[in-house]
Amino acid sequence: MTDSYTRFANGGLKPLVKKLGLPQPAILRRHKPGSPLTVGPVLVVSDDASAADADAVTTVLTSWDLDVRRSPELAEGERFGAVVLVLTGAEHPQDVSAAVLTVGGILRRLAGNGRVVTVSRAPAAGDAPALAAARAGVEGFVRSLGKELRGGSTANGVQLADGAAVDSVSAVATLRFFLSAKSAYVDGQLLPVGPSTFSGDIDWDRPLAGKVAVVTGAARGIGAAIARTMARDGAKVVVVDVPPAGEALSAVANSVNGVALQLDVTAEDAADKILAAAKPLGGPDILVHNAGITRDKLLANMKADRWDSVIAVNLASQLRINARLLERGVEGLRIVSLASTSGIAGNKGQTNYAYSKAGVIGHTAATAPLVAAAGGTANAVAPGFIETEMTARIPFATRSVARMLPSLAQGGEPVDIAEAICFLASDPASGVNGQTLRVCGQHLVGK
Amino acid sequence: MASSIPTTREAVIIGGNRIPFSRAGKKYVRTSNQDMFTAALEGLVARFGLQNELLGEVVGGAVLKNSRDFNLIRESVLGSSLAPATPAYDLQQACGTGLEAAIAVTNKIKLGQIESAVAGGTDTISDAPIAVGDKLRRALLQASHARGTGDRVKALLPVLGHPKWLAPETPDTGEPRTGLSMGEHQAITTAKWGITREAQDEIALKSHQNLYRAWEEGFFDDLVTPFRGLSRDDNLRGDTSAEKLATLKPVFGRGLTGEDGSPLPATMTAGNSTPLTDGASTVLFGSRDWAEERDLPVLAKFVDAETAGVDFVHGHEGLLMAPVAAVPRLLTRNGLTLEDIDFFEIHEAFAATVLTTLAAWEDEDYCRDELGLAGAFGKVDRDKLNVNGSSLAAGHPFAATGGRILATAAKLVHAKAAETGTPARALISVCAAGGLGVTALVESA
Repeated sequence: MTDSYTRFANGGLKPLVKKLGLPQPAILRRHKPGSPLTVGPVLVVSDDASAADADAVTTVLTSWDLDVRRSPELAEGERFGAVVLVLTGAEHPQDVSAAVLTVGGILRRLAGNGRVVTVSRAPAAGDAPALAAARAGVEGFVRSLGKELRGGSTANGVQLADGAAVDSVSAVATLRFFLSAKSAYVDGQLLPVGPSTFSGDIDWDRPLAGKVAVVTGAARGIGAAIARTMARDGAKVVVVDVPPAGEALSAVANSVNGVALQLDVTAEDAADKILAAAKPLGGPDILVHNAGITRDKLLANMKADRWDSVIAVNLASQLRINARLLERGVEGLRIVSLASTSGIAGNKGQTNYAYSKAGVIGHTAATAPLVAAAGGTANAVAPGFIETEMTARIPFATRSVARMLPSLAQGGEPVDIAEAICFLASDPASGVNGQTLRVCGQHLVGK
Repeated sequence: MASSIPTTREAVIIGGNRIPFSRAGKKYVRTSNQDMFTAALEGLVARFGLQNELLGEVVGGAVLKNSRDFNLIRESVLGSSLAPATPAYDLQQACGTGLEAAIAVTNKIKLGQIESAVAGGTDTISDAPIAVGDKLRRALLQASHARGTGDRVKALLPVLGHPKWLAPETPDTGEPRTGLSMGEHQAITTAKWGITREAQDEIALKSHQNLYRAWEEGFFDDLVTPFRGLSRDDNLRGDTSAEKLATLKPVFGRGLTGEDGSPLPATMTAGNSTPLTDGASTVLFGSRDWAEERDLPVLAKFVDAETAGVDFVHGHEGLLMAPVAAVPRLLTRNGLTLEDIDFFEIHEAFAATVLTTLAAWEDEDYCRDELGLAGAFGKVDRDKLNVNGSSLAAGHPFAATGGRILATAAKLVHAKAAETGTPARALISVCAAGGLGVTALVESA
């Protein structure tokens, strides 16, 4: 699925591409069951005040059988697979200098598809100005470093919130996600992580074992990839799509040993039908609002049906289904909704779509405390340019430009979205709530 | 005929799946019976999460079969996501095939021989077998048995002298013993019972209107899985009208005369007769325990069934009148009358078939003389007849019709019982070539 320019730029003419100063998208390493977590040893760096947290991180990483180093020296020919920069204790912007420059010093020895992950604390109301500056500064650092890294390497950050400990379950799970190949297309992002209520053994190979997941819009593209990835991670999947998509839907269901539910998510009784399908399987534990449509037009030419249908499918259906599931007392539900970078940065011709996707980000934050009361979470994933049937219909030139815009200089794969969703839906990630995680290869625009 | 029903356990209907039916020569032109039945089966597996499930049996068939389809249902199972160890066999009883398959598997479930089963059927006109004539066939067989080239040439020589032998034989719906097509047979019955063109067109119109409404209401969302880009039955005309139907020219019964030799009006048109259709259907059955263990829905019980045959060859009875005899036996055995039925699913081979069936049950003399009843069997409430459409609108891929009707009937009685809190019953009646009738009784569970 790698696009033809990425194949070309990594082929025999790679030196020429470099010489001409053309974009150099790397072949991204993606998760394969059984493959190592990182591509090389992991360096843990911290400022002085964060030393104890750095020790705790080291203990966690070591328990995953990673080759963890505390000093930047490498043997001849060796390269780091990842750097974890712990800044949780920094109380003043002037505290982080040495640690940050240490990271800078090893970047030339960071392997392709390497990772830089910061662990810091989220700014909070009541922080002293200097503390707030030290914490907020990490965001600018990560976003800029993401743009500097090459060869498919990424920079992301775990942002501890509400007093979550550095080795609390969700902090650890988020760190692991950012270190792994599962976050191949996530770049330049900070994810706030609160304390987790989950306590139990974590099966990192099958984090969704025993769960029942409902995925809407699952007949093709991103939805089908979500269903497959959920099944790979151990979930029993109910795949949902509109009746006319039933043929592809049943093929997806049969490929993941799941159940096909032909349903228009905008129907009044959609939530009840979803419950009826998931209950016999013991669910639902996870609900992925992936169903979405585009009806692009400049606002000046926008007709009511184009505006209304996009809002109905992409946004109103999610609100109605969530409300009904809460009303019916579904507990511990992990909701993940599909937003879009269009909803963050805006996109010409997509006022309707961007309204709906920005709306998703808004309702996710508002839904989070409501589902949390019933032991669940609500998060969103905002895809950037993903290679699907939908984006294949974008004119060639526009499509080619769209691919080059992100720091990773390429489009993402449906599985990149699926990996992020499976992470957010997993028990260990339960401390992440109300967030929107961008999976966009660090699209240049927007926050 | 058994005078009482022995006590056995229940066989329940869990659900069904079919592909949209398509008029011959349209969407499924390059599609075989095996392709269609496998697709219907795969949709059923997906709907109920039956991947790798070992079912007790899959039974079905096709009326028109190519020689390669000798093990059609088993081959379809092997091409499906069901456990390959699931046994299967083919069965054929003309248009009664699908319903007869259901009778076969439910009897096994009731007897405790199997716990679960799929029954169904498939038929294609678009991929129908084309055979060579008997004379050419004999020459070819003789040549294949010949020893040496000389004998082989000798066996084939007569073919050169008879180019007409090369003409293919295509299947038709003609009755082997009378040479009359099914439509012509029905036209005789239609005239005998004095069924009018208007009454037939009304049945056809209702069929289209009801099926269209059911599709619009989403009734088929969990009964049909799209196939080859088709997501609705393409024979369905939601916008048809009595006026449009009235413009169609009669196609059967032209040249029929009354007892006095005067010509009788031809009333049967392409609008009130079923079109030739491609399609496949499946229905999932189980013992109640099997369904409940898997938390599968239980829509209805397959209560009982009755088949009948009539002597149409000598003109004593109409070709498609066998269900008229079967139903009174079925209902009486179960202590029921027509009054006790909530839904009548009478297969619309022709609109006139439905009307002659109803007329016969209302006719005191007929019921006494032909059915051995004390008087008229009774009247069918038209508001309970084919409420979500039938074959005139959906089309009629012969062996697939039984499964279509059964799944619809099961869903109807289930919904009605849920709504009223009292049991609901559906009567299914399917006429078939050869003067056969297959009928069944379904009750909410």
